[in-house]
Amino acid sequence: MAGKNLRIFLLLLALAVLCSAAGAAEKERLRLATTTSLQDTGLLDMIKDKFDEKYNVALDVVSGGTGIAIQYAERGDVDVLIVHDKVRELKFVQDGYGLERRCIAYNYFYLVGPKDDPAGVKGMNSSLAMASIMEKGNADPSKVMFVSRGDNSGTHAREKLLWKGAGYNYSAVNSSGPWYIEAGQGMGATLNIANEKQAYTLSDMSTFMAYQGNLTLVPIIEGGDELLNVYVAMAVNPKTHPGVNCELANEFINYLVSDEAQDLIASFGKEKFGTPLFSPARGNCELIGCSEAECAVPTSASCAAA
Amino acid sequence: MEEIYSGLLRALELIAARDPQVVEITFRSLFISLSSAFLAGIICIPLGGIIEFRQFWGKRALINLIQTLYSLPTVTVGLLVFLLISRSGPLGGLNLLFSPTGMIFGQAILISPIMIGLTVTALASVSPQIRDTARSLGATEMQLIITVIKEARVAVIAAVLLGFGRALSEVGVAMMIGGNIRGYTRVLTTAIALETSMGNLELSIALGIILISISLAINLLLNRFQGR
Amino acid sequence: MPLLEVRSLGKSIGSAEILTGINLSVERGEILGLIGPTGSGKTTLLRLVNLLDEPSTGSILFDGREVSGQPERELLAARRKMAMVFQKPVMFKARVEENVSFGLKMRGKEDAKSVRKRVKEALAAVGLSGYESRDANTLSGGEMQRIALARALVLQPELLLLDEPTANLDPRSAASIDSLLQSLAGGRTAVILATHNMQQCRKLANRVAVLQGGKLTAHGKSEEIFGPEEKSKASGPHTYGFSLPW
Repeated sequence: MAGKNLRIFLLLLALAVLCSAAGAAEKERLRLATTTSLQDTGLLDMIKDKFDEKYNVALDVVSGGTGIAIQYAERGDVDVLIVHDKVRELKFVQDGYGLERRCIAYNYFYLVGPKDDPAGVKGMNSSLAMASIMEKGNADPSKVMFVSRGDNSGTHAREKLLWKGAGYNYSAVNSSGPWYIEAGQGMGATLNIANEKQAYTLSDMSTFMAYQGNLTLVPIIEGGDELLNVYVAMAVNPKTHPGVNCELANEFINYLVSDEAQDLIASFGKEKFGTPLFSPARGNCELIGCSEAECAVPTSASCAAA
Repeated sequence: MEEIYSGLLRALELIAARDPQVVEITFRSLFISLSSAFLAGIICIPLGGIIEFRQFWGKRALINLIQTLYSLPTVTVGLLVFLLISRSGPLGGLNLLFSPTGMIFGQAILISPIMIGLTVTALASVSPQIRDTARSLGATEMQLIITVIKEARVAVIAAVLLGFGRALSEVGVAMMIGGNIRGYTRVLTTAIALETSMGNLELSIALGIILISISLAINLLLNRFQGR
Repeated sequence: MPLLEVRSLGKSIGSAEILTGINLSVERGEILGLIGPTGSGKTTLLRLVNLLDEPSTGSILFDGREVSGQPERELLAARRKMAMVFQKPVMFKARVEENVSFGLKMRGKEDAKSVRKRVKEALAAVGLSGYESRDANTLSGGEMQRIALARALVLQPELLLLDEPTANLDPRSAASIDSLLQSLAGGRTAVILATHNMQQCRKLANRVAVLQGGKLTAHGKSEEIFGPEEKSKASGPHTYGFSLPW
């Protein structure tokens, strides 16, 4: 049999195992779960490099829809969570999974749609605009359509809030007719679908700007409290999951609220897109509805499991 | 169709330039899938031997079950292994989630049915005369199993190759268990999924071509080991 | 005490009675010829003696001790004192060397040098010197048969079971194998030679058992069964004077 060749092969394999084991053994690792919309902007890649430079810690970022990101945190599979859904964040802390909220950055959601604005909603307030889209969509689904993330993400959660603000029960909306399309995918894919169908959709600003070059859709409504998109970081509570790296998580959050990181966040994307993709939480706490205690200040919660 | 052509060009560019990210991802893919094939092999081949050689109640049913599991959806295996090794799960203490080791473990589980089942088939096809001859010449049960495995070695190696190929090109387990973490658990398949979802189709195709070429190269290389 | 004793041995598969009421014995140094037409149960009997299959009735005693129906460990111990050459032998997917040394390796004889030496001697005994590195599966039927014999002889078994050992051989090779077997007579080894070749049986066997339809119809000294004929007349062409190392 090819005994000798087999032995050489196994030796090489063993060496490869040793090499990567050795390589991986050194650094401390901090696990972060977040939403794809944040991860896809590239902000966290930059933060990861800076944080590594400064603290020699490897930041492992796992991203998915807000739903699964929160799941990872509730299961203790990550040490820190960054999402953009206030209702679920409050619940997360209240249920004992998270230590405390820290507002890090914000931008806006855009209601984007076809250039010719078939539903005629430009200039309206966002809830009224949504109501109008639904009416006109029901009347003529070939002209007016809406594409939803349909995936329980932060963006999807915001969309549902807007429907609520417009006075509609969500279950009434998503079953009312063919004008409402559920993509069940990430922001990029959803934008592509909306583009294909020349439909309206809700998108976070940064993803839209990243995809803008390939789309004919334009922002129809760009501001207002209802479209605020605030990113919040929370350390996973060591009392619930003693295995999490709480100290490191707090160190990371403290870094995010530090002047250095807030400056980096404030300028991120400027080169590439002409305008930065985010605004720092620092100095804008009132605007974004974060109390002073939770806005851009270092963490105060102790890691000691009581 | 244009994308495929430009994808091919891009692939050649990336390989020629030895783009560090692509190299890193490729080596990690190979390392993880080879390791999982190896791990599954050392457990599944003897296990296949024992199943083939022992008579026990429910043997036929067990073999049927194993063969059904050949085409288990990778996302389902990924989810099940996730629940198993999540910190909230029974094996949480091992800290395997979101690590290459966890991926090796998960992929090994994924490809085990193929390895066991094909080993059983390979061994069953060795003529009973070989077994008689070996027993007659004084082989113990374990020696007999090893002898039959050696006789069936071509088919057994084919089983290992198939398992490896499945591990290399699957995405469900790699994604759920690895988390596609840049620089740590990102592999070719999860990178392709990510780039596709971000709309970078050309890059996706380039990575796909690299993946297929790797598969081809490994297969050709390992085929040479089969010969004698 | 006979090396091998078989008492009231029977084997049925389903409702078919392959063997019934077989009583036999073989002494050390003796060649027992087992003769009978195809389908008479010769192979089945040899397989039972080799402890490959379990008898339905009766018992087998090896060196005075009952071995049939014992746990595998005992069966293995007894089996390792025998060696069988099957009717159409199969080769392992390896070279001749590995095939011939198989039994030695199973018994843990790892000393490469002495193994090689014994393989060489066994190959010489069957007239296939120098065949060590050949791929065993590329050999002719006759060569395979001789390799199978070498494979058995190299183990220096106390009991040698042969199922038509020269059936595929040309007359010259068959005759040399016959000589080889003849030289075993009077030594340590007992041989059961199953054959349908009456000439061979008459020439080689000290005693003969005749099997018909699964029953022993005759059993006794060679002369008794075949009649008082000169054994030398039945010899074929002259042998090459092979002899065994022990």
